[in-house]
Amino acid sequence: MNTKNKYERPVINKFYSGMMNKFGSQTIASPLKEIEGKRLNDLTDKFGSPLFVLSEKKIRQNQKSAIRIFKTRYPKVQFAWSYKTNYLNAVCKIFHQEGSWAEVVSEFEYEKAKLLGVRGENIIYNGPEKSRESLITAIKDRAKIHIDHFDELYDLIELTDELKLKARVAIRVNMDVGIFPKWDRFGFNFENGEAHQAIRRITAQKNLELIGLHTHIGTYITYAESYKVAASKLMNLANWIYDEYKITIDYIDMGGGFASLNTLKGQYLPAEQTVPSLDQYADAIANGLLEVRYKGEELPTLYLETGRALIDDAAYLISTVIANKRLSDGTRALIIDAGINFLFTSFWYKHKISQATEADAHTENTAIYGPLCMNIDCINEGMNFPAMKKGEKIVMEYVGAYNMTQWLQFIKMRPNIIMIMNDGSIELVRKAETLNYLLEQELLPLKLT
Amino acid sequence: MNKYRIPENLAISDSGFLFLASTGETFSVNEIGKEILKGIQLHKTDEEIINDLLNDYDIDKQSLQKDFDDFILQLQKNNLALL
Ligand SMILES: Cc1ncc(COP(=O)(O)O)c(C=O)c1O
Repeated sequence: MNTKNKYERPVINKFYSGMMNKFGSQTIASPLKEIEGKRLNDLTDKFGSPLFVLSEKKIRQNQKSAIRIFKTRYPKVQFAWSYKTNYLNAVCKIFHQEGSWAEVVSEFEYEKAKLLGVRGENIIYNGPEKSRESLITAIKDRAKIHIDHFDELYDLIELTDELKLKARVAIRVNMDVGIFPKWDRFGFNFENGEAHQAIRRITAQKNLELIGLHTHIGTYITYAESYKVAASKLMNLANWIYDEYKITIDYIDMGGGFASLNTLKGQYLPAEQTVPSLDQYADAIANGLLEVRYKGEELPTLYLETGRALIDDAAYLISTVIANKRLSDGTRALIIDAGINFLFTSFWYKHKISQATEADAHTENTAIYGPLCMNIDCINEGMNFPAMKKGEKIVMEYVGAYNMTQWLQFIKMRPNIIMIMNDGSIELVRKAETLNYLLEQELLPLKLT
Repeated sequence: MNKYRIPENLAISDSGFLFLASTGETFSVNEIGKEILKGIQLHKTDEEIINDLLNDYDIDKQSLQKDFDDFILQLQKNNLALL
C-alpha cells in the first residue's frame, strides 16, 4: 500500500515590504468549536442554522460583576435592564433575578416588563413617545416616568389633575460632556436653562412628585471621563433643586452607553485594547457624583441602564458557509446564511468572526456576505480569514445587544434562539419564525380572491 | 482542458519563494502551490497536473479541482499565470 502525502490547499501570499495592509492589525481568531462545552455542529444539527446562542452563566456573571464594581465605589446602586437592548423574556428574567429593574422606552416594553412580574415602581419609563393611555397606566402603577419634553410634561399635568393621582417623575437631561455627537434631541438641556425651567414647572404642581434626574449621554461612549462631567452636572442640578425647593431627590440615573468589546468600523485597533473597562466608567461616575457634595438629606441612589456592555458577550451567532466566490478583482468572498437581516449591528461593528472548524493556517483577505439578494448585505468588507468549505460553520461573537431586537424579517424568517443554561441544559427561548407566523398577520381582501 | 503559462521572468525557488523580475514583486507559495507552478512550467495541462497531484496526495478529485481553480484565479490576479 502506498501512503500518500498529506494534502494542503495550495496558497500564494504576496509580500509587501514594510507596509501594513489597510484592514488594520487584525489577528486571526483561533477556531471556536464549542460554546460552554457544546459543539457548534451539534447545536445546529438540532436547532438549524443560522442560530443565536445565549449563555445564562455569562449574563449572570456580567450583572453580578457590574453590581460589585459600582457598589465598591458608590454606596447605593440600582441597575435597570434596558429592554430594547434585548427584550427576550428569558434574558430579561435573568436580569430581574439578579436584582435589576426594567428600563423601557415603549408601551409594549412596559407591558412586557409587567408580564414578567416587574412591579410598576420598579419600571423606569423612558423615551420620547408615551401615549396618554400608557401614562395613565404608569401613573396608577407608580412607575418612574422620565419626562422627555414639555408636551409630555403638560400631558402629565393634565392627566394627574383629571385622575386626582400623583405621578412620580424625573426629567431626562441632555448636556455637553465634551463628546460628539451631542445627544440633545432627548430631554431638557442643562446649559441653556431648559432643565431648570422644566423643574420649576414640575415643582409648581401638587400632583407631580420630582423623584430623580436622568441622563443618557449616548451609546458606545469610549471616553470614560465624559461620565464624570455628566455625573457632576446632574449632582449640581440636584443641589440647585435642594437650594430652591428643599426637595431631596431619590436618585440620579446615568443611563447606559458603556462600550462593549466590539470593534467599530474604521477603528484601527481592536476594542479589547481601546475601550474603557467597567471599572473606569464606574470610577468616573462615582468621582463625578462624590466630588460635588450633595446638600440634600440623603445621598441619591445611582441608577444605571447599562445595555450592550452587559449582554454583547453573552451571545453568539452561528452561521453556515453557503459558497466561496472570487470578486472581479480576485478578492475571496464567503457567502454565509446569516446577513445584516440578523446581524444589524454589522452596520457599525467589525464583528469578531471565527471559523468553527480547524482550518488550514493560511489566511487570505476575505469579504463576508450574507445570503440576501442585496448589495448592502455585507458582514465584513475584508478580513484575514482561512479558507472555508461549503457547509462549514462560522461564529460571530459579541452579538447579544440590539441584534435580537433590531433584526429584520426581510427575505428570510428569523431563526431559533437557544440558551445554554447554568446546569448545562439547552433551552429554546425563541422559536424560528415560519411562513404561518408571517401569514397570521396578513389579510387578503375578498375582492382579490 | 487548459494549458497555462507562467511569465518568463518568474523565478521559483525550491523553498516556494517567487520573484517576478519584471515588477520586483515577491510571493511565497506552499508545497502544493509550488507543485502546480512547476507543472505549468513543464507545459503540462491542468488535467495532467491534477492527476499527478491525485497520485501523490491524499485528496479527492472534486476538492482538488476546486482548490486548483481557486489557486489559478489567484495566480491570474497577480499576473503569474496566463492562458
Ligand atoms: C435611555 C437609554 N437608556 C439605556 C440605553 C442602553 O444603552 P447601552 O446599550 O449603550 O448601554 C439606551 C440606548 O441607547 C437608552 O436610550
